[in-house]
Amino acid sequence: MKHVVIGAGPAGVIAAETLRKVDPSSNVIIVGDEPEPPYSRMALPYYLIERINEQGTYLRKDSSHFSSQNIDVIRDRVSEIDTKSKSLKLDNNDSILFDKLLLATGSHPIRPPIEGMDLPGIHSCWTLEDGRNIIKRAKPGANVVLMGAGFIGCIILEALAARDVNLTVIEMGDRMVPRMMDQTAGNLIKDWCQKKGVNVHTSTRIEAIEQGSGDALKVRLDNGEKLDADLVISATGVAANTQLLEGTGIETDFGVLVNNRLQTSHPDIFAAGDVCQGKDFSTGEYSVQAIQPTAADHGRIAAMNMVGKDTIHQGSVNMNVLDTMGLISSSYGLWMGVDGGESTNLIDNERFRYLSLQFEDDILVGAQSLGLTQHVGVLRGLIQTKLKLGKWKEHLIKDPTRIMEAYLANTQAIGHNAQVL
Amino acid sequence: MLRSLQIEPEKCTGCLQCEMACSYHAEGVFNTAKSRIKVFTFHEEGRFVPYTCTQCSEAWCMHACPVEAIVINETTGAKEVIDDICVGCKVCTIACPFGTINYNTETKVTYKCDLCGGDPECAKACPTQAITYVDSDHGGLERMRAHAAQNLPQEGA
Repeated sequence: MKHVVIGAGPAGVIAAETLRKVDPSSNVIIVGDEPEPPYSRMALPYYLIERINEQGTYLRKDSSHFSSQNIDVIRDRVSEIDTKSKSLKLDNNDSILFDKLLLATGSHPIRPPIEGMDLPGIHSCWTLEDGRNIIKRAKPGANVVLMGAGFIGCIILEALAARDVNLTVIEMGDRMVPRMMDQTAGNLIKDWCQKKGVNVHTSTRIEAIEQGSGDALKVRLDNGEKLDADLVISATGVAANTQLLEGTGIETDFGVLVNNRLQTSHPDIFAAGDVCQGKDFSTGEYSVQAIQPTAADHGRIAAMNMVGKDTIHQGSVNMNVLDTMGLISSSYGLWMGVDGGESTNLIDNERFRYLSLQFEDDILVGAQSLGLTQHVGVLRGLIQTKLKLGKWKEHLIKDPTRIMEAYLANTQAIGHNAQVL
Repeated sequence: MLRSLQIEPEKCTGCLQCEMACSYHAEGVFNTAKSRIKVFTFHEEGRFVPYTCTQCSEAWCMHACPVEAIVINETTGAKEVIDDICVGCKVCTIACPFGTINYNTETKVTYKCDLCGGDPECAKACPTQAITYVDSDHGGLERMRAHAAQNLPQEGA
């Protein structure tokens, strides 16, 4: 059996390792188009602050990891997939036949349709190569404009601020991280950044980027303002890498369409990670989540199904954790609430603390937090086990911080269920 | 044989000796806020529940880590954070459904129970044996017995 994985990110690597484990005699090949050993984009912000070196971003630290597992890693780009002959063509013209194929091609930064995006000095923050380019231009005192205050924009803020640059953030949404946090939390994150000396413009668009004098750029905003910039970082979101599938007949929407076994419309081809439109635990719908834990889930489950070990994907909980210049936020599941549901929240503006819980009947279905670093994971546990909270729902509505107690009271021997009273 | 922490909340008096011992061993200070084990208080029921990582076999934290900073200690079975490799991304803290791996805002890495390398201080410090370090199978057997007993008709009924 020959298994080929396209993509050397977390989904591809976890899938390849799982394939090796459950099908020891098979051939396992990863094809990745970046020059470095498989690495984590999650680690890039920490590379930017020089807390880790490039090796620190690698998914597997042992340089002989893949060869010792007998996993071939090919560094080249796949130019074509032939679904009839079940073969791939690489840029170097080599062909690879496959029995089962995994699409773990990830996603790419969206390039907003703005005049001047071709000018030098405009970078996304997505690859190690991007990271190196940003480090070169983000010198102390440099004017840096960050386009987009979504997850990636926010997580690299600290890295940029730490480089002592003069930083301005432009976000077209009405708050920061609009796809992860509500108005209250998004505004608190904005206040926090402004207190730390970052200029933040929300509900603002960049109309054009023009060449200034020398290497400098001029950024024109829709409010008429013009900003000088030595570096513009484009972080306006990502989209699934489905370009390769055009003309193959493999069905795509926002990402590659799959069933609950992560199998695409072609029975021998599977998809995982950012490119995959997989099942969402909370909604039951199929959507692109593009997050690390989901990539790990997908990689493992797709591999099991590739070797014929029937494994159903129950759906991944959408969840994020973000550190914006030291302010830690997280969100889970249906954080925006559900029709007919109930919610509760606790807010402390001065200390930048916020906790919001969303219920459907007596089950927790979503949550958001700011400034919470202790026991935050139990929110996932409560959501994913659909634990019936009973009277603890009322306790949580009065005091949302008692999430651990709510979990323990319903799962451990406490009080009457201890059978000691 | 692997051993694990067995916690019997009904024996806990809420004295916090376990938290003190844990923070001293792990961080060199007596500061319950830095403990890996936490005693949760239920005022209405008049009960205390110590809780920490169960070293679960699913190892959600370990599988969510993007940089291989959480590894299994082959001797104790504990899942341990390697501080030098952890970048502080916190994905493990949202992935652990038990809420037992946390982020330290001072050291900027995550931390969790590592069973003190096989000699857990919390168990040694507990004056009422609410926390004991027992053969893993023993704990499982006890739990199975307790669970089975719940489903049996009461004696004399």
